[in-house]
Amino acid sequence: MTWVWDNLPLIGGLTLDHLRHSLIPLAIGFVISVPLGWVAWRYRLVRSGVVTITGLLYTIPSIALLILVPSATGWYTFLDETNLIVALTIYAIAILVRSVSDGLDSVDPGIRQASTAMGYGAFRRFWAVELPLAGPVVLAGLRVTAASTISLATVGILVGITNLGYLFTNGLQRRIIPEVLAGVVAVVVLALVIDLLLVLLGRLLMPWTRATRAPSARRSRAVVVGAGA
Amino acid sequence: MSYFADAIAWILAGDTGLMDPIWLATVQQLLYTAAGVLIAAVVAVPIGWYIGHTGRGREVAVAVSGAARAVPSFGLLILLTLVLGVLHKPEAAVITFVVLAIPSILAGAYTGFEAIDRRVIDAGRSMGMTERQILWRIEVPLGLPLLVGGLRAATLQVVATVTISAYIGLGGLGQYIISGLQLRQVNVIIAGALLVAVLALVLDGLFAVVQHAVVARGVRAAAVASPLSSRASRRRRGRVEAAGVPTPS
Repeated sequence: MTWVWDNLPLIGGLTLDHLRHSLIPLAIGFVISVPLGWVAWRYRLVRSGVVTITGLLYTIPSIALLILVPSATGWYTFLDETNLIVALTIYAIAILVRSVSDGLDSVDPGIRQASTAMGYGAFRRFWAVELPLAGPVVLAGLRVTAASTISLATVGILVGITNLGYLFTNGLQRRIIPEVLAGVVAVVVLALVIDLLLVLLGRLLMPWTRATRAPSARRSRAVVVGAGA
Repeated sequence: MSYFADAIAWILAGDTGLMDPIWLATVQQLLYTAAGVLIAAVVAVPIGWYIGHTGRGREVAVAVSGAARAVPSFGLLILLTLVLGVLHKPEAAVITFVVLAIPSILAGAYTGFEAIDRRVIDAGRSMGMTERQILWRIEVPLGLPLLVGGLRAATLQVVATVTISAYIGLGGLGQYIISGLQLRQVNVIIAGALLVAVLALVLDGLFAVVQHAVVARGVRAAAVASPLSSRASRRRRGRVEAAGVPTPS
């Protein structure tokens, strides 16, 4: 434990680096995924293409992506923090595009027709009706993305990008167990805090989900009980 | 792009110097992956089926899986290596892979059961099937595609983490990346990354074929017979899959 107290400034600094390496991909990934998810949802042909391509990107292990993207583009070196941010953004898009199009799928077609009948154009209907109603599914995807991005960012240390992953490699080289443990705990705590913030943000932006969830949960539980009896 | 040509030339030349030859590294990579996924399946499939069949313990499983997702597997690997001692690296690595693989397989097992139309199970019960018959003749066959999906996600996560395990000297295809980075040999680094990416894509493709093959004959016939229901079932599927979303690794 003394190691942790003696090195709090180091852990704090690495945590800030880690936040930067994981929140930027999350934000960029979300902004890109909303229009891409809409296109994938709207056009069936594009959908299968988008799902296939993102599925393939998803499949490639992170360490390989951290090497192949800079080698193929030549825009930056392995060591550049942009490298990690781009790789994590690719993974974020791979998860979020599916969440957005699944979310749009979950919108009741009746509501879509009602809003059209009330005079909403396609653009305004998307932002005012469809995206908010797709919100809960998108939020679920965003939470998965946040947790996996934060834990995945540690792999950056293998190509020389310093964040909380530094505590793992440095701890192994110096054989300091508390250092490695501190790194694991810091990553998990960071992921939980961001998850909590996302849930709070969801309640703030989608207050109706709280009002309607309670009765619907009771109803679905009744169904389960009924089926079991 | 000449980097890639150099890397491919290095792979084809087959002279890996002090490192293991490519075929051996591939075998190591596959054995570690198989060990992790199989042990995890032995643990997670019965638990997942129990949760799916009884509906009990679902909240706990979701909470544990969510928390496990946040644990950095690279950190866990190094922590276990230090705790168990350097002599027990393989054990530390396999434990890490098992911990990593369990949530995806568990989710695949219970969402597979949950996705089954309740009326099918009720029909089985009303025909006089025992609980055991319902489990083995209705739930297991119908839940198989989603279970294979869980195994697929777990395998991809583990294969990526086996790559990273080369950092603690475990061998596998990651050794070319790790050694290449230390020796600053760009062609070797890229060669390693290409081999890992290709292996992952091949495994993913094999699982896609298996996932398609295990769809029950009756379900496939029904899907062909009534294409109109596809939209509704897609919506339901989207909801079910959200629970078992695989994560990149």
